[in-house]
Amino acid sequence: MSNAVSTAPTTAAARTESEQTGKRRAALAWLTLPALFFFLVFAVVPLAGVFILSFTSWDGIGAIGAAGLGNWFSVLADPGLYNALGLTFLIMAASWLVQTPISLLLGVFTAGSQRYRAALAVLYFLPLLLSSAAVAIAFKALLDPNFGLATGLGLPFLAQDWLGVPHLALGLAIFVIAWQFVPFHTLIYQGGVRQIPKSLYEAAEIDGAGTIKQFFHITLPQLKYTIITSSTLMVVGSLTYFDLIFVLTGGGPGNSTRILALDMYLRGFRANLMGPASVIAVILVLIGLALALFLQRLGGKDKQGSQLEGL
Amino acid sequence: MKQPQTSRRSFLALAALTPFAVAATTACGTSGPGASSAGGGASMWYLSGEPNQTTMQKAVDAFNSANPDNKIEVTYFQNDAYKTKIKTAIGAGQAPTIIYGWGGGTLKTYAEANQVDDLTGWFDENKDLKEKFFPASFGAATVNGKIYALPNQYVAPIVLFYNKELFEKAGVQPPKTWDDIMSLVKTFNGMGVAPFSLGGQSRWTSMMWLEYLLDRIGGPGVFTAIFEGKPNAWLDPAVIETGTKIQELVTAEGFIKGFSSITADSNADQALLFTGKAAMMLHGSWTYGAMKKGGQNFVQDGKLGFVQFPTVAGGKGDPKNGVGNPAQYMSISSKATEEEKESAKKFFKDGILTETVIDTYINSGSVPIVNGIEDKLNTSPDKDFLNFVYDMAKNAPSFQQSWDQALSPTAAEALLNNIDQLFLKSITPQQFAENMNATLGK
Repeated sequence: MSNAVSTAPTTAAARTESEQTGKRRAALAWLTLPALFFFLVFAVVPLAGVFILSFTSWDGIGAIGAAGLGNWFSVLADPGLYNALGLTFLIMAASWLVQTPISLLLGVFTAGSQRYRAALAVLYFLPLLLSSAAVAIAFKALLDPNFGLATGLGLPFLAQDWLGVPHLALGLAIFVIAWQFVPFHTLIYQGGVRQIPKSLYEAAEIDGAGTIKQFFHITLPQLKYTIITSSTLMVVGSLTYFDLIFVLTGGGPGNSTRILALDMYLRGFRANLMGPASVIAVILVLIGLALALFLQRLGGKDKQGSQLEGL
Repeated sequence: MKQPQTSRRSFLALAALTPFAVAATTACGTSGPGASSAGGGASMWYLSGEPNQTTMQKAVDAFNSANPDNKIEVTYFQNDAYKTKIKTAIGAGQAPTIIYGWGGGTLKTYAEANQVDDLTGWFDENKDLKEKFFPASFGAATVNGKIYALPNQYVAPIVLFYNKELFEKAGVQPPKTWDDIMSLVKTFNGMGVAPFSLGGQSRWTSMMWLEYLLDRIGGPGVFTAIFEGKPNAWLDPAVIETGTKIQELVTAEGFIKGFSSITADSNADQALLFTGKAAMMLHGSWTYGAMKKGGQNFVQDGKLGFVQFPTVAGGKGDPKNGVGNPAQYMSISSKATEEEKESAKKFFKDGILTETVIDTYINSGSVPIVNGIEDKLNTSPDKDFLNFVYDMAKNAPSFQQSWDQALSPTAAEALLNNIDQLFLKSITPQQFAENMNATLGK
């Protein structure tokens, strides 16, 4: 709703203008219906379902019984939840720190127009085409301490107890996640870099700026919104890293890679505790919502403003 | 123009969340194939993997061509995937007519939710069928005095396997007591061979150690009390001693280095034994057939030895007691139509454990759960092992079903998680007992 129009003096001309805008808006509103419908069916309804389930006790097979706030109290008092929360944020932060610089640099590199860069870009893209489960199984086989790469290539330092020592398993999970998702973010950065007008670099060259200066003073600032987009996807996406870790470590050793999404699955579908699992699902949704809103705010108030003023 | 921006932004934020909100709630989605079958036939879900898949397919094909009106339609699933899928399908009312499982705690949850049919009356009408099977195999099929499943396939006790070649090289005998085990650990570690192979990432592999140790230390009564949910049953001193012994063995490097990175699904634990990288392995009797098939003549050349689990000094358990799977089970979904149920029962009677199937199991190194197979076992090339298993199944004073199958799914998941931590020494035996005690009655 435009404030300027609604507080304008009530001259006849202004009123017709406002009526026309209103009509157009009403017509446009119909267009949102299909999207709203899908949003309702696939997001709002399941969300409400999970919220209701979090107040029940259900083993997934028998009848659903009311449990009041019991699930919430038991889950919030469970140290397992805080372990899972801590691990989720740790993996989130570590993934961002590992993936952002690599994908940014690869994105800038592959944005160049040379042939060999295009060929390399295709290679870099390959891991994204593989399913997470396949990636996890392959890494597990390669890192088997007795029959894996270490024996095959005669590299004894690879013969670690990768999935049996808590910090190694966690590091491995972060590495494999990065291996799989860096290509995707590289692609985003590549697109972002290609959008930067050439004239900026030409002007910088005339002013005597070198490659490194150009990167920090042109490329990086121009990529501000690309970085925010990529970070949002990484951070919110890391809440859902489930399949890869499930297949790779199953949450182990002990509980050292049992992140929130996995905790939810194991409680719900292994231990048949749908109520507590729903509590965790609600917590996941709340965290995701908070993070997404926070990252949107990072974009600043002038988000819609142009970065290309004066060009 | 401020307001539209704000609303679009929050909409975008919501949209960004949608995928995992959906994932969070609809992970239980698809019902998959085989949920219903046309006509009078019945549907069945079964496990993929050889040799069982081919054996079942042949049995079903034979039954189907003899009974064109009662066709059985089988869909195969990988073991771990199946366990989750069948639970979800039953909860959603989309179960196949024939529900395959391992009896015990899971069957109990199905029976208590009225999802599977009571077969007691049907077994009374078909006395000869009931008498065909080992009587002990009905234990895990019975809930509150009623039979809810047909036992089938084979008995699978947990056996202590060893590599005869390595034992000869070291000049030692297979262990008879826990002290023997601890001294063998030193011998083999000194030779640069891992004493025990273990696929620790699978967790139920580590559980087999606890099952035997608890029996040997405290006798079968300790777990019976746990199973019955008696107060503080997990706090029995035998449980703590079991945990202490396990951690002593871990500390003495009894298990192969990196055992937590090894899974049983890939059969890497068996490979360690038959390639001579590990001297011993505690595992299910089904690995005999798998090693015979994949072990480069290790079994055929007579290099695989097997013994009962050793005794513990001062322990109460009979060394003849066994643990493992007394049988596999099939139930009938209560949601199936009458025609489907009839077909399933006909299949139970005429299609499963036919003479051909019994021979196939024996040839693959397993002991089917039917009476009167002594002659067949004695003429098999694997007769030593088959008779060893048969004797255990028939004559063991107590044959404890695997804990993760006997307990409720909630307690079983907590058990596997705590066992993993016990082997990692991240919890003490006392903490293990207390954590498990909190799951009693759940």
